[in-house]
Amino acid sequence: MRVPDLTLPPLFASVVSRLPATPPNLALVTLLNQLLKRGVLPADMSLLAGRHFAVDVLDAGLRLRFGADDNGFVLDDGHAEPDLRFAANAADLARMMLREEDPDTLFFNRKLTIEGDTELGLIVKNLLDSVDWSETPLARFMAA
Amino acid sequence: MKPLPELVCPAGSLPALKTAIDHGADAVYMGLKNETNARNFAGLNFDEKSAAAGIRYAHDKGRKVLMAINTFAQGVDISRWQRAVDQAADLGVDAVILADIGLMDYACRRHPRLRLHMSVQGSATNYEAVNLARERFGVVRAVLPRVLTVDQVRHVIEHTDVEIEVFGFGSLCVMVEGRCLLSSYATGESPNTHGVCSPAKFVRWEQEGAATASRLNGILIDRYGAGEAAGYPTLCKGRFDVEGDTYYALEEPTSLNVLEVLPSLLEIGVAAIKVEGRQRSPAYVAQVTQTLRAALDEAARNPQRFSVKPAWQAALAKLAEGQQQTLGAYSRPWK
Repeated sequence: MRVPDLTLPPLFASVVSRLPATPPNLALVTLLNQLLKRGVLPADMSLLAGRHFAVDVLDAGLRLRFGADDNGFVLDDGHAEPDLRFAANAADLARMMLREEDPDTLFFNRKLTIEGDTELGLIVKNLLDSVDWSETPLARFMAA
Repeated sequence: MKPLPELVCPAGSLPALKTAIDHGADAVYMGLKNETNARNFAGLNFDEKSAAAGIRYAHDKGRKVLMAINTFAQGVDISRWQRAVDQAADLGVDAVILADIGLMDYACRRHPRLRLHMSVQGSATNYEAVNLARERFGVVRAVLPRVLTVDQVRHVIEHTDVEIEVFGFGSLCVMVEGRCLLSSYATGESPNTHGVCSPAKFVRWEQEGAATASRLNGILIDRYGAGEAAGYPTLCKGRFDVEGDTYYALEEPTSLNVLEVLPSLLEIGVAAIKVEGRQRSPAYVAQVTQTLRAALDEAARNPQRFSVKPAWQAALAKLAEGQQQTLGAYSRPWK
């Protein structure tokens, strides 16, 4: 199963961007903490603690914001300037997460924007790459 | 007929290692999480536990694991590099890839049964250098820098018993592997000393309107217009103002791709073909490995009528830095 080449219609973004931001942020933080707790996400939280992250799903109008402390991922008030920001359309983010596409490829193609602390960006990128999905029920969704 | 070259693929993480094996790599190469290897990037590489798991995975499937310890031991304390060699031997890797001759000496004395490969960073470009490394340290394979034509590679192979490994695909450096100090000029750190060309802590990517600018320790490397393919933020791939003309003064962002000359490489008897890219994701490893596997198998089956399939080129072109590919030094038609 490949992610279809699809850009969400502008109407979608205009609706989503008006919805409250907390539910998707909470969902993401909860998911990350679950992965952390189960040892799927081999994160060294000392490298991420105190930092603020942003993931912008451009065509969905979704602006995800969260932070991290020594114990895991936390909601942040959204006022802090993110230390690291990833921005891409939904299909490209999905391709990256499902390992259909390499983030460097998307970056070279200008489909993925990474801004902020480059070292933190590498830590996060390499953290995502080091997740061994083959050890989880999600393995069947992965491309590689 | 000569045996098919080993396909040696990059592994920056355990999933990348498994992906390479699953997609047809004969061997993978990896590094430890420190400056003893030339891809010393934050969050990349292996600790003892993931290295052991990776080696087990590869060996269970009859494939090999090579450990790159290919930076030059720095300062008064070289114990970290020696320890990396000890760790590699204890973990049971199939070979270590070394550049520093002092470390080669240590490895061959301390671990006489450990296979030694000479890294591309060792800058051996002729058979005398390769044979000396074998004579002194028992080196069994040398990775040639990307500076030689196919004929020159053949010349090396004809005059040595050391196995010769060459690059098959990946981001192209300015081809003075082992001698490049460009990044030291900008940051005080270089691949040979700290294991990285553009240390992340010195890199800034900034949106400037529709353009993206990359800076290395404040030096503007390039500004990419909207839709213009980007490259790594290394000095050698930057666009600079030279006497009023702004252009890639050293090298364009590009990737080496040897598919066109694959039958020649097989015919001259290279022992292994290496894929660059330990810093890349499992997705890249999967796509490059399966493409080169298919091409190698096809070239072995049908060397006379081998032709490069458009689908292979398309798969590799997409992954290439700056989305450009070149035969690099392999092809020097005027020679």
